[in-house]
Amino acid sequence: MSDPQPETDEAAEPSEAVGPSETAEPGDTAAAKPVDDAILRVDGLEKRFGGIVAVDGASFSVERGTITGLIGPNGAGKSTTFNCITGVHTPNGGSVVFDGVDITGQSPDRIATQGLVRTFQIARELPEMTVLENVMLGPKNQLGESLWRSVVPGARDAVVQQEEQLREQAWETLEFFEIDHLAEEYAGTLSGGQRKLLDLARALSTDPEMLLLDEPMAGVNPSLETKLLSRIHDLKQQGYSFLLVEHDMDVIMEHCERVIVLHQGSVLADGPPAAIRSNEAVMEAYLGGDV
Amino acid sequence: MSDARIDGVWSRVDGLRTRLDALPQWQSDLVVLLGGVVVTYLVFGLVGLVSGVSPNAVVGFLQTVTFFAAVFALLTLALNLHWGYTGLFNIGVAGFMAIGVYTMAVLTADPTGSPAGFGLPIPVGIVGGTLAAAAAGAVLALPALRVRSDYFAIVTLGFSEIVRLSITSGTLREIEVAGTVYGTGGGSGIRYTPVDSLVSWLLGLPGVGAVGEVLYAIGGAVGLTESIVDRLLYALVLIGFVVLFYVLLRRIARSPFGRVLKAIREDELVARSLGKNTQLAKIKVFAVGCGLMGLAGILWIGSRSLATPESFLPVVTFYIFVALIVGGAGSNTGSVAGAFVFAAFLWEGPRFLRTILRSTVDARAPPTIYDAVVDLLAFDPLPLAGYLIDSLDELRWVLIGVVLIALMIYRPNGLFGDRKEIAAATDLSRRPGGESDE
Repeated sequence: MSDPQPETDEAAEPSEAVGPSETAEPGDTAAAKPVDDAILRVDGLEKRFGGIVAVDGASFSVERGTITGLIGPNGAGKSTTFNCITGVHTPNGGSVVFDGVDITGQSPDRIATQGLVRTFQIARELPEMTVLENVMLGPKNQLGESLWRSVVPGARDAVVQQEEQLREQAWETLEFFEIDHLAEEYAGTLSGGQRKLLDLARALSTDPEMLLLDEPMAGVNPSLETKLLSRIHDLKQQGYSFLLVEHDMDVIMEHCERVIVLHQGSVLADGPPAAIRSNEAVMEAYLGGDV
Repeated sequence: MSDARIDGVWSRVDGLRTRLDALPQWQSDLVVLLGGVVVTYLVFGLVGLVSGVSPNAVVGFLQTVTFFAAVFALLTLALNLHWGYTGLFNIGVAGFMAIGVYTMAVLTADPTGSPAGFGLPIPVGIVGGTLAAAAAGAVLALPALRVRSDYFAIVTLGFSEIVRLSITSGTLREIEVAGTVYGTGGGSGIRYTPVDSLVSWLLGLPGVGAVGEVLYAIGGAVGLTESIVDRLLYALVLIGFVVLFYVLLRRIARSPFGRVLKAIREDELVARSLGKNTQLAKIKVFAVGCGLMGLAGILWIGSRSLATPESFLPVVTFYIFVALIVGGAGSNTGSVAGAFVFAAFLWEGPRFLRTILRSTVDARAPPTIYDAVVDLLAFDPLPLAGYLIDSLDELRWVLIGVVLIALMIYRPNGLFGDRKEIAAATDLSRRPGGESDE
């Protein structure tokens, strides 16, 4: 990659951060990637709503094959940053580079097809579609998404065949997330925690390279939370990258290799959890700046 | 003794129901739908005959119901693709019908007529009109789909009124090209070869002609004139189109494309966040639906020999919406059922009732409702009855309102709306083999 590293203290951490992924199964593609390879690079991101500056020149990057936490007090600009990265908002300035491609200002669907997929803070299920339909929506390159293929008799055979494969994958995904008993219910009838799981299952079914998870643990019961986190670690081993917004500090400190702290729209601190925990500026931002 | 008999009947009904449930959904749908139609026709026929309406009038009534049920079914299915499936609130149905019909009219009208046409064969006109409506839909979709749902509705309504008023306007009324006067004919309309001559065109094809001879012979033996046989055949052609629409829409609905459409309806941002190009899908589905609306318009209005702008008032769109709401938005079977219920009970039913009442109740309508009430106070209800019978055309609107309100309370999703029609090309409930529960 030609871009220079935007921050100097970054180069030191990845060796420690990417450490666990080295233990991935032999032959895994991700293991072969260079350790300092940033999959997502946000540079000088700016977003204004009228007179309010929600994101004010935030710069950070996410290393490939890591779990990175994004934290910050309420109103720090975490969700707006997410929305700017995923194309929901068009940033007023700065750039977003994903996997070496500048995706700044692209439409959400174009960004998602390149492998950068998000979940939502408040789970957005498709209420009058069944749980299975929700998950079947995810996979990329579905033949039957072409109108003529789904209508013309001869071409439809291939669609049906692919659907049978996708169905199998969908059931497996639902079993993993323990919502397979709800497979044929409308998604609108699910509880809050189940919706979060469905949201994540659906995002995973697109086979992304990187997932942006907006508070994935909120409303999920503790035993499932443990399972979810171990699943996220599994996926990380396989080369997936994660950017995680989470309010549960224990989760952030235990599971993230790196933590980025946003405050008033810009990056306040960026480093390994231990460093963040002892950072005075961060404590101040969280516990009230005027102390 | 009689109790046992009643029990026997009930157990039979139950047996029928379990057998119906055992059938694949489309087969049980068909049974329910056809059963409903047959029962309705029998009831209307018997009531008509018993109350002394002439057999000809009864047959004519049933034929009219069939015709309207079929054309409404075509339009309702097309609207279901837009509104029921994709959530596109298109209230400009009449405009796309108008584009289809007028294109067909100009293509097929007599070159020596006024306004003149190109005198092309009927099938060319039908295909041309359908494509024109689809193209208009695609062009309108480009700007219209940029606005959000309720504004989109306003744009489509505006578009349909622009189409109707353009047709009426003096500017497009007569356009002289190389000595021949073309145009829309303005308020007085445009004449053309009616589409039901499709029947004679079909019968003119080699091979099919022989079938026609046989049908005319059979009709003649039963005492039906050739024109009645022709009308019956046209009704069959319409039903054929309904089946075609149904199969097309069912295939669209039960595919990954249909899944994307449903996702757009439920939450477009989710669909986009999963990498679905919703803009393109919406344009495609809008164009296809508009083309189907144009085709439906051609088969309905085009079966007369004259099209006027009055046939494309916004209220036509309203009828289609009522039919779809009654049947259940989102369900293709419901669309057809709703169209039939609308045609039989809300559209033609009251007219038939008036015919029956006219022939049985000897009540003359007083000039105003006031006179009727005065007579009622004098214990003479007949004038009021006569007044009501005379106003049945207007009372239909009250009936439609009552039916909609009752439906919203007791069956808010319509007759077939609370069923799951899963958007997938295979049966999703089949789990991968040998999988045991944890």
